[in-house]
Amino acid sequence: MQTLFDALSLGSLYALGALGIALIFGVMRLVNFAHGDVISFSIFGLLWPSVDAVAIVFAGELPWFLLIPFVLAMGAGLSVLSEIIVFRRFRRANPATMMIASFALGFVIRYFLLMLFSSRPKSISLLPALSQPVEILGARIPLLQVITIAATIAILFALTAFLKRTRFGLEMRAAAENFTMARMLGVRANRVIMGAFALSGALAAAIGLILAAQTGTVDIQMGASVMLMAFIATVIGGLGSLPGAVLAGFLLGAASVVMQTVLPIDARPFRDAFVYGAVILVLIFRPQGLIAARGTKERV
Amino acid sequence: MSVIRRTISTPILLTLILIAIALIAVAAGSRPFNQTVIDIFLRVTLVVGLYIFIGNSGVMSFGHIGFTCLGAYAAAWLTMPPMMKQTLLPGLPDWLMNTQLPYWAGAIFAAIWAAIWAALFGKILMRLSGIAASIATFAMLAMINTIYSNWESVTAATSSVVGIPIIRSIWPYLIAAIIAVIVAWAHAISRAGLALRAARDEPTAAAASGIDIPKQRLIAFILSGAVMGMGGALFAHSIGVVTPDTFYLTLTFTTLSMLVVGGIGSLSGAVLGVVILSSLIQALRWLEAGVTIGTTTLAIPNGLQEIALGIVMILILIRRPAGIMANSELRWPRFRSEAANLQNPGEHPGNKPTQQGVSK
Repeated sequence: MQTLFDALSLGSLYALGALGIALIFGVMRLVNFAHGDVISFSIFGLLWPSVDAVAIVFAGELPWFLLIPFVLAMGAGLSVLSEIIVFRRFRRANPATMMIASFALGFVIRYFLLMLFSSRPKSISLLPALSQPVEILGARIPLLQVITIAATIAILFALTAFLKRTRFGLEMRAAAENFTMARMLGVRANRVIMGAFALSGALAAAIGLILAAQTGTVDIQMGASVMLMAFIATVIGGLGSLPGAVLAGFLLGAASVVMQTVLPIDARPFRDAFVYGAVILVLIFRPQGLIAARGTKERV
Repeated sequence: MSVIRRTISTPILLTLILIAIALIAVAAGSRPFNQTVIDIFLRVTLVVGLYIFIGNSGVMSFGHIGFTCLGAYAAAWLTMPPMMKQTLLPGLPDWLMNTQLPYWAGAIFAAIWAAIWAALFGKILMRLSGIAASIATFAMLAMINTIYSNWESVTAATSSVVGIPIIRSIWPYLIAAIIAVIVAWAHAISRAGLALRAARDEPTAAAASGIDIPKQRLIAFILSGAVMGMGGALFAHSIGVVTPDTFYLTLTFTTLSMLVVGGIGSLSGAVLGVVILSSLIQALRWLEAGVTIGTTTLAIPNGLQEIALGIVMILILIRRPAGIMANSELRWPRFRSEAANLQNPGEHPGNKPTQQGVSK
């Protein structure tokens, strides 16, 4: 039971991250390496610049119903800003160039945070009420894990509804499938791309919130490891395919947690090597990903 | 005119640039500058190693620094004094425990060791292409890093392996960089290199003309793995300490950025990308340390160095999306006009790599 919840909550994080990357990849074929730094930035937005070990909270004192929108807006804002300032100039560049540009942007964001906050991890108590355990079917599960999973499911439903039911969602899906065609049929490219960036930034902020609440610390590297796993999930899910990204995110989370419990003790430190080995195997048998997006098939 | 005569000017010019940098270092004669120049040569070796695979195949690889890691640890195993190995790395087999080779022999074996692993991984990975191949190479890097970070008895896990003989002279590094350039050039004009670039630009046509794409990619992968391994060995000798995290994401992205900024499809771009970005980093470091003008000292705040570097990289890429050199090579002036005739008139920066001067 405990294992199941661990797997689900880790999977939720990866799934949210993968969604954020897949959204942007879908509309503009950009592998956004700055995503991890958006995660860190949105949570640091709650703090005053300082180098102390204990964070000086400024917006964190807000009640939760203001706090959460504030953080989400922070992520979305930064993400849209990065689109306007940087990525808009790379519309015609090839994917490798865009990727390196996004990496350079992430680098700038990270060192900007470093300059203001130093590299020391800070302790922060966000929404402390959530760390109490609750009893579910005889297992003690931290309330936060339950909320993480519930929130992820809610976000997924909301996003699906948004993409399927609204005009903007329809435009975004059309753009993801065939960008040139969508433009010719009157979809406004820049608006769709900005929408994708805003959504992706808000998702990044959600991850930041969950991570900070879970670990009680924030540091400027915190987004990086989630981002890498999310990136892998996006690819094995089928780049550009949103359901694939979510599925693969949960699978990766499950694989990490399950391997942690079933591997013999001696092999446990090498868990990640097994996870990555599994990733290679999946790619070899399904190079297009688990659920191949229609727009990314190689045409001959 | 033979392919060799037509293209030889590129490696010669690049070698001359590298030698010029070495001579400046000798003339300046200061210790810290010496180290900077060694770092430049190391990065040239690594980035040219990346170019051999990425530039010719068009497949982005995030995994090559894994081979550098393999090479660096191989050098540590082969060149450290047996006494130190006994305390730090007690799990090594006896024959390895008792060998102590000079650094150059260590570097050769490190290159071979990395090439063997490149062959094993490449055999599996080269079937993939596009972004799936990139992620698979990244998974390979992460596997190597996880194993080296946890295999206590032979790699000392995450703690540093110290006691690797330090080489302070710049010449071995210069020679390694020149070897890398020559290997890259020789591969690019060989049958395998030409076939691989054909497969990069027109995969369908190349496959239809009988090019075995996975095989050509594997050849480039092994060669570049060997160059990366050699670079790793010298990296270990330049600082005398290795840890698994030295050879992970930061180095991966630094080297990739240099390649992309220089121009992903060009050997000259690989070398110039390193030289230009390294000079920029060095200049910013000096600024950070403070420049004395008259009586006042001007210094930029800490951390601004990285921010400025990131911004400059973005600006270069905005101006030249295909990199500084795009897809052209440095060559003697008299070949310029001829090369221009050979290439498509009107360059389309940012489009798929067009034909390279060399491949014609």
